[in-house]
Amino acid sequence: MTANHSPASLHRRTSRAIVADRAATIVLWGTAAFVLLLLGTIILHFALAAWGVVSLGFIFGDPSDTALGGVFPVFWNSIYMLALTMLIAVPVGILGGIYMSEYARETGPLGLVTSAIRFAEEAISSVPSIVVGLFGLILFVDTFRWGFTALGGAFALTLFNLPLMTRLSEQALRAVPQDERQASLALGATKWQTIRHVVLPLAIPGLVTGVILTAGRVFGEAAVLLFTAGIGTPVHYDFANFNGFGLDFNSGWWHTSPWSPLRPATTLSVYIWKLNSEGLGAFKNQLADGSAAILIGMVLIFNLGARAVGRVLTRKLTAA
Amino acid sequence: MPTTATFPQPVIRRVEVGSSIVAEQAATAPADLKISTEHVSVKYSGKTAVRDVSLEIRERSILALIGPSGSGKSTFLRCFNRMNDLIPGATVEGEVCLDGEDIGDAGVSVVELRRRVGMVFQRPNPFPMSIYENVAYGPRRRGMNSRAQLDELVETSLKRAALWDEVKDDLRRKSGLALSGGQQQRLCIARVLATDPEVILMDEPASALDPVSTLRIEELMRELRENYTIVIVTHNMQQAARVSDVTAFFTMAEDRAGYLVEMGPTGRIFTRPAERLTEDYISGRFG
Ligand SMILES: Nc1ncnc2c1ncn2[C@@H]1O[C@H](COP(=O)(O)OP(=O)(O)O)[C@@H](O)[C@H]1O
Ligand SMILES: [Mg+2]
Repeated sequence: MTANHSPASLHRRTSRAIVADRAATIVLWGTAAFVLLLLGTIILHFALAAWGVVSLGFIFGDPSDTALGGVFPVFWNSIYMLALTMLIAVPVGILGGIYMSEYARETGPLGLVTSAIRFAEEAISSVPSIVVGLFGLILFVDTFRWGFTALGGAFALTLFNLPLMTRLSEQALRAVPQDERQASLALGATKWQTIRHVVLPLAIPGLVTGVILTAGRVFGEAAVLLFTAGIGTPVHYDFANFNGFGLDFNSGWWHTSPWSPLRPATTLSVYIWKLNSEGLGAFKNQLADGSAAILIGMVLIFNLGARAVGRVLTRKLTAA
Repeated sequence: MPTTATFPQPVIRRVEVGSSIVAEQAATAPADLKISTEHVSVKYSGKTAVRDVSLEIRERSILALIGPSGSGKSTFLRCFNRMNDLIPGATVEGEVCLDGEDIGDAGVSVVELRRRVGMVFQRPNPFPMSIYENVAYGPRRRGMNSRAQLDELVETSLKRAALWDEVKDDLRRKSGLALSGGQQQRLCIARVLATDPEVILMDEPASALDPVSTLRIEELMRELRENYTIVIVTHNMQQAARVSDVTAFFTMAEDRAGYLVEMGPTGRIFTRPAERLTEDYISGRFG
C-alpha cells in the first residue's frame, strides 16, 4: 500500500497468514458441517425407516405375535432403568466429585487415597462394558442369587458410569473460580455452606452435562444389561400389580410388577440387539427401526429436559 | 469533599461520639486497641513472605499498608481474618490479637472471626445472584430467615455503602454482576457490612476502578471509619495520604521477605519519614 517500505515482503507475509486463516476457517466449518451432516443422516435414516411404524399405538401398545404390535414393555423398562440408575449414580457421582474437587488432598496419607480413587476411575473406565456385564452376572445374578433383575442392572450400570460421572462432576466443580469460594468464606460461611450455596449452583451447567452423558450411556448400553437385567420381559405390564416387593427370593425371580426392581427388565437397546441377532418375527425390521427412532427421540427429549431442569435448579439454588 | 483534609495537615481529627463532638485527639494517641500483632511471620512452603511484624491498630481508625509489590502487604492483611489458612503450604507464626484475644488459638471459630473481620477484595467479586441475595448472603448463612429482618438489613447495609439510591428499584431482579465496577465494589462492601463486622480489611479495593469510583470508595471509607476499624492495602500513595490515619510502610529484605520499615501518623510518614527507605519510596526513588 505505501511505497516507502518494502511492499513485496509485507504483502507476502500478510497473504500467507490470510491463506492459513482462510484454510483454517474452511477446515473448521467443514468439520462442523460434516459432523452435523452425519448426525442429520442418522436421524433422517431412522425417521424415514420409522415412518408409518412409530405411532402412539406402537409406543404404548403391547407386543403381538400376529401383527406389528407395540413396544411398551421395553419402552417402560428403558425409562425405569434410566431412573433407577440415575437415582444411584448421580448422587454418588456428584458427592464423589465434591470430595475430589473440594476435600481431596494431594499430599500426605490422604494423597494416597486420592491417587487410589483416580487409579480406580481410570481402570474402571477402560474396562469393556461386556466385562462389566459379566462381573454383574457373577456378583448379582449368581453370588447374590438375585437372578436377572433391574436392580442388578442398575448397579452394574452405576459401576460402569460412576467414574465418568465423578470425573465430570469434579471438573464442573473445579471450573468454579476460587474467587467465589474466597468471597463466601471471608463472609464467615462454612466450607459446606460455601459448597452448597455458591459452588454447586455455579457448577450446575457442568453437572448437567455429566448427567446427560451418563444418561446417554444408560440409554444406549446393551452389553452390561444383557447379563444383569436379562432379556425376559412379559408381553404385558399390569401397573396395578405390586408383586415383587416382598424380597421373597424363594418364589423365583419372576416378579411381574412393572414397579419392582427385582424383576428382569429388557430395555430398548437390548431389545434392538435381540431383534437383530435372533429375531425371527415377520415384523422384526419395523420393530427394530421403530425402537431405534424412539430411543433417539428419548435421548433428545432427555437432553433438552435436563438442561431446562438445570436452569431452574440454578435459579432455585442461587435464590435464598 | 471530606477525603482531602488529611494531607498534608497535621493529623488532628475530631472524634465524634453520638452526634456531638466531645474530644479532639491525635490520630495515634493511645486509645482503644483493636488489633495487635506480635512477631508475625508468614511463610509459603518455607519461603518467608512476611518477617516479624509487630504493630498495633487503634479502634475506629484507618491503617494504610503501603510498599512495593511483593512486600507481603496482602499476605499480612490475610493474617487478620486467617485467610492464609486456605492457602496450602502457608504457615503463620507469631500472634494476632483481636480485642486482646489471640485469633490463632485452637478454640477460636474461624467462621465467627471472619464475621467480625470482613474483607473486600481487589477485584470486585459479587456472587452471580441478585443484589438483594448478595447482601443477604452472610446473614442467611448464620440463620437469619425473617423476611422483614433481612429486608431491613439489606437496606441499611446498602445505604451505608452508598449504593441504596442507585439499586433500590431492582434489588431482586438485577444481578450483582450487572452493576458497574464501582457499584460492584460498593455492593461487596455492603455485603460485608451486613455481617455486622468490627474490622474491615480492604486489599487494593479501588485498583480496578476508574478515578470517579475510586473517590467514592475513599469517601465511603472516611464515613465507615466512624464505626469500623479499617485496614487498607494500597499501592496508591495519594490514596493512603487521603484516607488513612496511620500508614505502615513495608519493603523487602535481601531475601525478598517483606518486613515493616516504619509506621506512624500518615501526615508524618508522608512529610517527615524517619527512615531513608520510606523517604526513597515516597519520593518515587524506589518501587
Ligand atoms: N498463594 C501464594 N503462594 C505462594 N507464594 C505467595 C502466595 N501469595 C503471595 N506469595 C508470595 O509472597 C510474597 C508477598 O506477596 P503479597 O503478599 O501478595 O505482596 P504484596 O501484596 O505486597 O504485593 C511474594 O513474593 C509472593 O510471590
Ligand atoms: Mg497485594
